Amino acid sequence: MVNIIWASLIFIAIIYSLITGNISTINNGILTHAKSGFNLILEMLPLIVLWTGIMKIAETSGLLEKFSKLLNPILSKLFPSIRKDHKALGYIASNIAANMLGLGSAATPFGLKAMEELQKDNPKKDTASDAMITFLVLNTAGVTLIPTTVIALRIMHGSLNPTEIIITSILATTISSISGLLLDHHIRKRAKK
Amino acid sequence: MKILSQIIIPIFVFFIIFYGAKKHVKVYDTFLTGAKEGLIMVFHIAPTIIAMVFAVNIFLDSHFLEGVLSFLTPILTKLNMPIDILPMALLRPISGSATLAIMNDIFINFGPDSFIGRLASTIQGCTDTTIYVLALYFGSIGVTKTRYALKVGLFADLMGIIAAFIITAMFFG
Repeated sequence: MVNIIWASLIFIAIIYSLITGNISTINNGILTHAKSGFNLILEMLPLIVLWTGIMKIAETSGLLEKFSKLLNPILSKLFPSIRKDHKALGYIASNIAANMLGLGSAATPFGLKAMEELQKDNPKKDTASDAMITFLVLNTAGVTLIPTTVIALRIMHGSLNPTEIIITSILATTISSISGLLLDHHIRKRAKK
Repeated sequence: MKILSQIIIPIFVFFIIFYGAKKHVKVYDTFLTGAKEGLIMVFHIAPTIIAMVFAVNIFLDSHFLEGVLSFLTPILTKLNMPIDILPMALLRPISGSATLAIMNDIFINFGPDSFIGRLASTIQGCTDTTIYVLALYFGSIGVTKTRYALKVGLFADLMGIIAAFIITAMFFG
């Protein structure tokens, strides 16, 4: 599926630019965008290395496990296929918590670590497991309690009440997450029959 | 709130290291072990990021979306749809930075406290960049068969955007 989307984006871009006579932009873009991807990696690298280091301390000291136990009632319902003492649960819980607080830079390394732990239990290494999909649904729905970037931009543009959109965002993200989880649950249930 | 968001990470870091030291964890050595894993992680996700940034950016450069939308505008205006929000809704699952730029334009043109400004804020805050997240997370562990993940992710995005529209209308209508 990602294969199709990736190829479509590129095909559409090149063919459409040929038609509209805009091909020089694409020509320059092909070379510069590989570099902007690399710059993004350079930006992420120190943050990922820092957070995986810090979280290793939390994992070794047992803090991560404590935290996941706290959220266990919810997590065990969301991820019925994962053992209660699985390491992945701690990282999943931390990822969700970081996302909720709007700490995007910390959320990504926790999420990647959770995927790594889930992959250890995955019987088919090239295929997504049920738990991975549920986890990604939660992530793509982006459960955020404080959308920090949006609020910052609203302040910059002179909003009279920059934080008024927090409540609408929380409601919308809740509906988005619940619909995603329901569809995920429905598909899994139908597959079992 | 500004103070809260500034203090939360320092406290978090302090607490983890403090708790680790209390439990007699060799905090520095453990940090290095984890950091090495992080470095390998970056190595694994680097190709995915370059591939996605490349494809999304040349797609944005081609202005294909603007072309399609200008073609659709007369029909959508008749249906009373807020057209200026459409590029944002369509791009939300593909590129976070592109939708942020569109939101910025909306703030400049209509103001952050206009209906469309509030709607844009809610859409930006209510969902994440689905295709990027999927590519990144699955790419990092080498999963190529993603089954129904994209379908569910995009469905959640769609519901989020529809909900954003209804809720914004209800709150600020």
